[in-house]
Amino acid sequence: MRLTAQNLTVRRSGRRIFSDVSFTLDAGEALMVTGRNGAGKSTLLAVLAGRLKPEAGTLTVAKVGEATLPECLHVVGHRDGLKSPLTAEENLAFARDLLGMPTASPRAALEELGLGHALKLPVAYLSAGQRRRVALARLLVCRRPLWLLDEPTAALDVASQGVLAGMMARHRAEGGLVIAATHQALGLDGARELRIAPARPDARASQTAATGDVWW
Amino acid sequence: MVMRALKALVARDLALAARVGGSGALSLVFFLMIVAVVPFALGPDLNLLSRIGPAILWLAAVLATLIGLDRLFQADEEDGSLDLMTGAPVPMELVVLAKVLAHWLTTGLPLALAAPLFGLLVALDGTAMAATSLTLLVGTPALTFIGAVGSALTASIRRGGLILAVVVLPLMIPTLIFGVSASEAALGGTVPFTTPLAILAALTLIAGVVGTLAAAAALRWSE
Repeated sequence: MRLTAQNLTVRRSGRRIFSDVSFTLDAGEALMVTGRNGAGKSTLLAVLAGRLKPEAGTLTVAKVGEATLPECLHVVGHRDGLKSPLTAEENLAFARDLLGMPTASPRAALEELGLGHALKLPVAYLSAGQRRRVALARLLVCRRPLWLLDEPTAALDVASQGVLAGMMARHRAEGGLVIAATHQALGLDGARELRIAPARPDARASQTAATGDVWW
Repeated sequence: MVMRALKALVARDLALAARVGGSGALSLVFFLMIVAVVPFALGPDLNLLSRIGPAILWLAAVLATLIGLDRLFQADEEDGSLDLMTGAPVPMELVVLAKVLAHWLTTGLPLALAAPLFGLLVALDGTAMAATSLTLLVGTPALTFIGAVGSALTASIRRGGLILAVVVLPLMIPTLIFGVSASEAALGGTVPFTTPLAILAALTLIAGVVGTLAAAAALRWSE
């Protein structure tokens, strides 16, 4: 799979977040998205995941057949997509059935992340780090070429960070792509860095704000 | 693969409704409470109660449907499950359809099935009970579909429940009118029972199409 982003510009609630972001990512490559707090790292991932429309620019994927970009990717972010009343196994089985292309069983995925004992526990009983690991186990239960990770090491202990680095290395060796928004080194060898700079002062944005177009 | 994904969605929502904090039985209890309170307010006039009984049951059904509708998409928006559904190899319309189906199975269907029992509280006779139950069975899907549009529109608004009710209630009026008139036509009158019932069924089908498309569009363009 190859992902190309050209001149992405994003505006949210009338405010320009970033402009003219371009990159190309080929099979096996990784991209680290960095930038100060509020620079738009998570916004960029939301655009890639198809949850936000860019104001300008294009996103294209090649070599994935008929699948669209949102159908080729996994998202693990701050909102972990886990339902608290359901057990870890139920959450993973649901993700596997919903997303298709199943690979590992929920049990095998959780054991890889050292959470085999939490299989039958409701996710509500787990700590923040354990929840994050259940969300990361989703990466293993079905195969998708692009992983979008938003600060994947948040709340993770050192051992789990090592496991995650190993997972990402194996994924890339199999031809997968990784895009991670992060403040820390993730153990991504040879990853390229995309630094999101503050958007240029932009006459149109300040105008819309001044006319009160955005009132919420 | 699409069927498997939809089955997983319906099964998950049913499981969530059954677990602690789910709204599964809640709307049924709310329905019972509204119906039970009315005789206290009107007094023990059995003729009056049995005359307005179908209307009371329908009003209670409309209000009970609103319970839990605000969380239909909001809960998934908050915890990121909606991002998963965006990435599923399934059109958003079918996701909406699966979620609405699960919601109706846990609210609308129990209401329709419990209506004959609750009809006892408002002194309905056998024919009226059967008629009201049948009209609720046909009409409550329309209420859920209409509510789903409001729910999708307010998914990213905190405490959007009240806005949802204000947006959605006026749109439920046609369903309410034909639901009640069909129930009353069964008790005799100039109009045969099937006429308003057919219109009610038509309303449900229209709401099914328009509601599914509109809710999916609202979820896609939520920001």
